[in-house]
Amino acid sequence: MSIWDYANPKKFMQTSTLALPWVAGLAVVLLGIGLVWGFFFTPDDYKQGATVKIIYLHVPSAIMGVSAWFMMLVGSLIWLIRRHHVSALAAKAAAPVGLTFTVIGLVTGAIWGQPMWGTWWAWDPRLTSFLILGLFYLGYIALWAAVEDPDTAADLTSVLCMVGSVFAFLSRYAVLFWNQGLHQGASVSVAGGDQVSNVYGLPLAVCVAGFGLMFVTLVLLRTRTEIRSRRIRALMARARAAA
Amino acid sequence: MMPDLGKYAGTVLSAYAAAMILLAALVAVSLWQGAKIKRALAAAEQRANHED
Repeated sequence: MSIWDYANPKKFMQTSTLALPWVAGLAVVLLGIGLVWGFFFTPDDYKQGATVKIIYLHVPSAIMGVSAWFMMLVGSLIWLIRRHHVSALAAKAAAPVGLTFTVIGLVTGAIWGQPMWGTWWAWDPRLTSFLILGLFYLGYIALWAAVEDPDTAADLTSVLCMVGSVFAFLSRYAVLFWNQGLHQGASVSVAGGDQVSNVYGLPLAVCVAGFGLMFVTLVLLRTRTEIRSRRIRALMARARAAA
Repeated sequence: MMPDLGKYAGTVLSAYAAAMILLAALVAVSLWQGAKIKRALAAAEQRANHED
């Protein structure tokens, strides 16, 4: 059994049929626990007051906005190198999900920023690169819609995805090498460290896991829809050829 | 049960409302598109079987 077996649409559909209810169920449970825990059972921050509760939406959605683009990059590279249709369709399916998470990150960030920074928006390196990433999502979705031939669309969007990865990278790491602007450093880091107190950090970790599983659920669901759409196009082409 | 959000109640609740509306819309559109394409594929396969 190899990972490339899932490049077969039939195999992908079979496996995702089994996995989808479990992943979706776990996502709902983790999101429910994380958000209820964070909203109802964590104290106000001594500086930020009750606005700290926005962290349970803002940080997971921002993480997923960037991670979704990197997932699309992997799918695009697999398409360009190995020409597996499922990988290109999974990248296409992930784009609206990533865009929604990016918009949630931008909107909740603006709402949080207004009382804390005194402004809804600043042309800060991290905010600006994140906004540009959101615009790349729109461009990526528009390019898929604009090109009629699916293989050509997959080629062009894969190249766009590679270019956009620069801004996905910048929006994650801009604060580390441009030590300016309003946005603070990473709240969640693989390297560890105490950026966020455990009182907030534990429910935040549950929310990040919940958002991650929600992303997987929606990408599986939407990839299945894309595979079915491709099958419809193939059937229509066969009918036209036979006529 | 509702926590006291003090002077930031409007800020916190509007952030949660905006996020929930966007997430609910994404889930609803994904489910609706999925169901629509599934029905369309079933109809297309039925037509193809008749033609064979």
